[in-house]
Amino acid sequence: MKPLQLEPISAGGDCCVLRIAGEIDVYTAPELRECVIQLIGSGTRYLIADLRRVDFLDSTGLGALVGSLKRLRTRDGSLTLVISAGRIQEIFRITGLDRAFALHPSVPDAMNTDQHWHEAIASEGLSAGEWCRKHGLL
Amino acid sequence: MATVEVTFTPLPAHVRTARLVATAVARRSGVAETLLDEVRLAVGEACSRAVEAHRRYCPAEPVRIELTDLGGRFEVVVTDAAPPEAGPDASGFAPAMDTAAVSATNGGPAPFHPVPAETRDGAFPAAFGLAVISGLADDVQVSSTESGLSVRMSWPASPTAG
Repeated sequence: MKPLQLEPISAGGDCCVLRIAGEIDVYTAPELRECVIQLIGSGTRYLIADLRRVDFLDSTGLGALVGSLKRLRTRDGSLTLVISAGRIQEIFRITGLDRAFALHPSVPDAMNTDQHWHEAIASEGLSAGEWCRKHGLL
Repeated sequence: MATVEVTFTPLPAHVRTARLVATAVARRSGVAETLLDEVRLAVGEACSRAVEAHRRYCPAEPVRIELTDLGGRFEVVVTDAAPPEAGPDASGFAPAMDTAAVSATNGGPAPFHPVPAETRDGAFPAAFGLAVISGLADDVQVSSTESGLSVRMSWPASPTAG
């Protein structure tokens, strides 16, 4: 299995869900960083990172996520994280970064808190749940 | 003498191998399954810090890990060979916290409040990794030796297990 899998799924012109699977560490964090930089370069402003299939995240990975948050914020965008309860949630709690990021348990939940996502999904005539089901994000 | 000793060239890809070895030896030493994730993450943080220090100061030198079953404690020591000026923050940026602040022995995690700024290349200062370790292991000691910085951490283990 590849150490890190990154799958961007775009909605509208400036919204994107980045589905991430595998381990985010000192070896793979640069790949995540470059992926987000490319997404921003292609117009993404409102990014949801789905970390539910990430089974390891260290401080290097957290650094990549914080860097992504800063890059998006400087463009008036946002980075929202979707995480499951457990070890990944614990690392956010230990580091205090659970206060720096918007954390949600599901992708539809993350979408429903953001007006930009509402509009992007509505433009496709779908609800957040329907859009996520269509893209295998439930 | 350590139960297992590992030396590896300072490449990020080998940090994963070190994590796997440490987790396997911890399990064999009787560390509770509920603590293995902490061992895995803490060893990864210590090795990542050492790898960054070596790549900056001594890329030809290997990073060393010693894993020891002390009959009641499982101890991991990660030692780098970077010069003293590398210090706890081998990235060359101001450390988020000093060495004393990341030493916590059976007293719970060391105090940790500020979120350090990301460095220019997108990584946190290396001391951030040490702060994470202090939140994971209940016994952490960071010390400078003649050969480099040493991160010693341990977890309870059942001497009858394994």
